[in-house]
Amino acid sequence: MTEPILSVSEITSRIKHTLEENFSDVGVIGEISNFKAHVSGHWYFTLKDSNAQISCTMWRGVNSYVFFTPEDGMKVIVSGKISVYPPRGSYQIDVRSMKPAGVGELQAAFEKLKQKLFEEGLFDEKYKIPIPKFPKKIGIVTAIDGAAFQDMKSIASRRFPLAELVIASCRVQGEGAAEDIVKSIRLLNQRADIDVIIVGRGGGSLEDLWAFNEEVVARAIFDSRIPIISAVGHEIDFTISDFVADLRAATPSAAMELATPNRDDLFAFISEFSYNFPEKMLKIITDYCDNINQAVTSYGFRFPADYVINKSQQLDNILYRFQSNFESIFAEKKNRFGLFESKIKSQNIDNVLKRGFVIVRQDDKFITRKKNLVAEKSFGIKFFDGEVKINEQEKRKQF
Amino acid sequence: MSKKKENNFEESLNRLQEISEALEGGELGLEESIKLYEEGINLAKECYTTLKEAELKVTELKKQLEENLKK
Repeated sequence: MTEPILSVSEITSRIKHTLEENFSDVGVIGEISNFKAHVSGHWYFTLKDSNAQISCTMWRGVNSYVFFTPEDGMKVIVSGKISVYPPRGSYQIDVRSMKPAGVGELQAAFEKLKQKLFEEGLFDEKYKIPIPKFPKKIGIVTAIDGAAFQDMKSIASRRFPLAELVIASCRVQGEGAAEDIVKSIRLLNQRADIDVIIVGRGGGSLEDLWAFNEEVVARAIFDSRIPIISAVGHEIDFTISDFVADLRAATPSAAMELATPNRDDLFAFISEFSYNFPEKMLKIITDYCDNINQAVTSYGFRFPADYVINKSQQLDNILYRFQSNFESIFAEKKNRFGLFESKIKSQNIDNVLKRGFVIVRQDDKFITRKKNLVAEKSFGIKFFDGEVKINEQEKRKQF
Repeated sequence: MSKKKENNFEESLNRLQEISEALEGGELGLEESIKLYEEGINLAKECYTTLKEAELKVTELKKQLEENLKK
């Protein structure tokens, strides 16, 4: 009995049926090679070990659930089904899910990327931008419904409520997380008013945190013109983001503390200032008073006062001398004047008498007119050489 | 407006520090000191009030982000 003759399509169809029925759910471990992410979003690669290889496809939509970006040489475990592609007569694994063969694989990918970026200089200190002391707006790249955001919010409101938080929410793990983080970082960079960005999430497994170990995220952080604080997981978790960022914080809460000044410190500064300020001012005034006192009591300042006292004493002396001199001079003059006066007086009369005139005097009065003479009373006639008294009786006798 | 106020806060705080140091330096004239004293007290009052009355504001860049995420 001879085998029936089948067309290529018929045999292919049978193979396809057989394979797809018997290998509808397989798990395969192998090393990735020729990994290719097509623009359509589909992944094509080969899994191999030392003796064999098998083609694999992973469709867009399914592959977005892979938390890491596969790389050649990475050992992975895939699960899926065998499918046959009749036009090419080839079979492949239609991969449904993929995970690293062990933590070691991720670790190796991590170390590899870290080394690569290090060599490119992405971790260089010279590229680190300083974190501003008083941020007006803080950009946050994390999941808005995550605990990390709540922590950061409460710390910001406690420490520095003057700041505004601008959150660009994104997925932080699993499907498309890395791309989402990149978009959020770029979105914040398009704004002119963001002073600092915190990129991070709360704790989780290495797989949960993996997005922050992706190259695209590292490059977006490096390209950010706004300083970035990386805050992924806990103290012990280090990611590539931490190395590229301008500052690494152990946790999201710690990141917010690094990004904000402490309100209590500021209050303390202000109140210390307000308390010390009046005292300082008083001290300044007292210092000035001391200066004035010192100046006033200094020898130089006393000199004018002494000078005044000296001078007034001198003036008193002069006045005293002046006055006494004046008095004696005055007295002398007065004396001399008196002498002159009597001399002048007597000389005038004497001259007249010498020429033969006489002065008639009655009751000690000079009689210069006839009508003033009282004939009944006695009077005197004064000649130059003497006075003659004429009595009434004697007059009668003679005349 | 609020942006300007925030700007002033940082400047005010720095100025306060400056004044404090200047007064401690003790090399200023009396008139200058009194002027600074007045300025400082006003700044301190201002900063304190601003900081005390401040409330955390949270803005979500949701709409823009969603637009951005559309392919």
